[in-house]
Order: sequence, then C-alpha cells, then structure tokens
Amino acid sequence: MRNMWAIAKKELKIYFSSPTAYIVISLFLLLAGFMYYVIISNFSLLSIRAGNNPYFSSHLSLNQSVYIPFFSNAAVVLLLLLPILTMRLFAEEKRQRTEELLFTLPLTNTQIIIGKYLAAVVVLIIMLVATAPYVFYPFFITKPELAPVLTGYLGLFLLGASFISFGLFASSLTENQIVAAVFSFAILLLLWLIYWLTYVTSFMGGFLRFISFFGHFDNLSKGVVDTADLAYYVSFTLVGLFLTYAVLEVRRWWR
Amino acid sequence: MIRAENLTKYYGTVKAVENLNMEVPDGTILGFLGPNGAGKTTTMRMLTGYTTPTKGRAIIEGLDILKEPLRAKKLIGYLPEIPPLYPELKVSSFLNFVAEVKGLHGKRKKQEVERVISQAGLEKVALRRIRNLSKGYRQRVGIAQALLGEPKVLILDEPTIGLDPKEIVDIRNLIKSLGGERTIVLSTHILQEVTSVCDSIAIINEGRLIEFGKIEEVQEKYGSASLEEIYISAISRGGEA
Repeated sequence: MRNMWAIAKKELKIYFSSPTAYIVISLFLLLAGFMYYVIISNFSLLSIRAGNNPYFSSHLSLNQSVYIPFFSNAAVVLLLLLPILTMRLFAEEKRQRTEELLFTLPLTNTQIIIGKYLAAVVVLIIMLVATAPYVFYPFFITKPELAPVLTGYLGLFLLGASFISFGLFASSLTENQIVAAVFSFAILLLLWLIYWLTYVTSFMGGFLRFISFFGHFDNLSKGVVDTADLAYYVSFTLVGLFLTYAVLEVRRWWR
Repeated sequence: MIRAENLTKYYGTVKAVENLNMEVPDGTILGFLGPNGAGKTTTMRMLTGYTTPTKGRAIIEGLDILKEPLRAKKLIGYLPEIPPLYPELKVSSFLNFVAEVKGLHGKRKKQEVERVISQAGLEKVALRRIRNLSKGYRQRVGIAQALLGEPKVLILDEPTIGLDPKEIVDIRNLIKSLGGERTIVLSTHILQEVTSVCDSIAIINEGRLIEFGKIEEVQEKYGSASLEEIYISAISRGGEA
C-alpha cells in the first residue's frame, strides 16, 4: 500500500512539475466550460421564449436540456485529453531508462501499475471537481433534479478511469509517448463508436452494443444506475490493468 | 555474498552471456572488466533482477532473485550504466522516493537521505531539479540512490564515468570505505581504478568469464604481470575460445 502511494506521489510530482497536468486540466476546463456556456445560454433563450407558452415551459427541463448534453460533451473531451495524461506513464520510463531503477527496486509490478493508475485518477478527479462550481450554480436559482447530475459525474469518472487504464496499457507498449497517445485515442474512439455496426448488420448486435462505451454512459448521464453499466466500467478497467501487467511480465524476458 | 550459477542470456540467437559461474564472498570489492559488448552490463542486469536470464540463477545473500525478488532486491543498491533519474524531480524528492520504496519512513528516511546526500557530496544541489544538473552531479545522484538503505550488496555499472578527476578520487574513496561490510561489484574500463579500489577481479569476454579471483592470486598465475598485461592476454585468449 505504502509502495503504491510512493509511486503515485512520484508520478503526481512529475505531472505537476512539468506542463502536462496544467495543460490537460486547463484545456479540459476551457472546452467543458465553453460547451456548458453555449448549452446553458441556449437554454435560457429557450426559457425566455417559453415564458408566454405555459405548455412549452412546463416541458422545459434543466436536466434534459443542459446536464445530459453537457455530460456527453465532457465525455468526448475526456476521450481527447486523457490519452495525453497517460502517454508518459510507462513510455517515458523506458525512454529515460528509469525503468532500470523501477524494476530493480523492491516493488511488485502490481504496485507499480496501480500507483501510476492512481496518479492519473487523482488528476481526473481534480478535472471533474473543478467543473463543479458552474455545474452546480443553477441549483442556487432553480430546482433541477440532483440525482442525475451526481450519476452523470459518476459516469464521467468511471469512463475516465477506464480511459486511463487503457492509456496505461498503450503506454506500456512503446517508448514513444506520441505513439502511446495516438494508439489509445484511436482504439478508445473505435470502442466508443463500435455500436455503429449495429446499424448495418444484425450480427452480434447485443455484444457490440455491450462493449461500446456509448450506451453505458448514456444511462448514467440520464440518472439510470444499472449494475450492468457499473460492471462494464469496472471490468474494462481491470482488463486494461491486467493487459499492462501482462506486457510488463513478457517484457522482462526481452530486456 | 553474490552467486551466479550458469547465468546465460540469449537475445534471440545472439549470445550475450554464457554459463557464467562465480561466487563473490562477503566484503569483496570486485572489479568487473571486459571489452565493450562483452556482457558486463547484461550480467549486472541479471544479478539485479532487471533482466531475466535465459538459463541459470542469480543468488543474492542466499536469495534467488527470481524466486524471492522483493527480499533479494531490498539487499541490493544498483547504479545502472545510465543513471536512472527523473529530470523533472528535485534531487531531494527523488532520493525521498527511492528511500520510501526501499521501506524507509519517517525519521529513518530523513536520516538516510541526509546521509547519502553528504556521502555523495550533493548538499549544494539537493533542492535543484535533476534536469539542471551537470553530468558529474547526475552520476553522483545515481550513486547516492544506490547507497540508500545501506544495502549489503552494491552493483555499480561504471560508477566514475563522466566525473572530473577530483570527483573520481572522492567516489573511489567512498567505494573503498564501503567495502569490508558490503559486497561490491563495479564494472569499469579504467584498470587503475581496479588497482586502487578492488581486491578481486573478474574478466569477461564474449559472454564468458575468463579470469576470476583475488588480484594477487590472478597476478601470481600470470607470473606477477601487471593488470594491463593480464587483461590483454586474457582477452586475446578468450577471443579464440
């Protein structure tokens, strides 16, 4: 436990003494903030217009028209930025030859992997918490439903944690950070959109929909907590971490 | 004590080290000699558990490095060929990280970090980022890291490379002072370093161990020849084998 934390602490120190963490966090806030601003401005225009139409205004919902689109847009931004956060984790150890220290210190591969994973998850949490002030601001003015907002955040967190675990795996494959980032971005995007195949073929439709990120996140952002979705994210994360472990074990024979 | 039993490493079909057997008794300072590409670094990597041997075993203080990696690695301080440093970190945070992983916490950690900082002469740069250090200082941070936790076995791959003459003398004296209680293996190309620091030598060529033993004993075998003559003759003999 202590060793994992020592690794996580080291990674966090590196994140915050190089531009990486600052750039990822601030670009996330810029993009998410921009999307939120456009969505909520559009919503306020709608509500002004709806003012003299009681039927229309009774159907206006902040949750429907603001939070759901905001969370799915923020999810795309995570897809874009988290590979940048994870790309250095193993690739840079290889390139700088620091892995020769890392793998000769009294550490298990599991401790190293979980430590690095935790460091990136901490940055993810900072990113999400930093959006809270504007996301919760409407609660001071009106009364949206709280539960779907919280599950939306849960969805973003689980989705981000899955991206991180896959990015860690991508980083363990190469000593080139760019390759790691591009690889994880492309594969994650493919996994997100793989349900498109169900439009053109009925072959394995259920399976394709299950492995795609898309549906699982949709449910959570609508406030529906289904154990199948939670299990999906947890298993996705575990598979990513396990693949990383397998890569480290195999590479031991080749260095 | 360090023991290598039939250590063998192939990279594909390329042989790096073959059937290397040696036993380095407690308190020995062993100079590990050989031409570039002879397998010195590969051997050291197998002894420290970084590389998995194709065949054979590396045993540190009675512990097989593959079967009990955590207990064995706790006993080793290792300086790789390229000092493994995180350029973004400050010298002190780097040393604190290594100390924590080696199981030092609280007051012990603080004392140990302070001790190696003064042993390696890093007081002036303790709060600087590693990225901004000169080559000599980087090498010294690498040495300091290996000394943390007072490991019983030190494996140093060319410890004095990149140092200026004064630094070389300091580091040699440091290594000498650590001998006696510790078992040290150091690789080098400087024969003078072996005479001034080591009590034993191992000469390796094309992956095979050619000479091994106390310096005087080896010298006797060659009719009291100088280390240079022994090295040249051993290497040319090894090349034919």
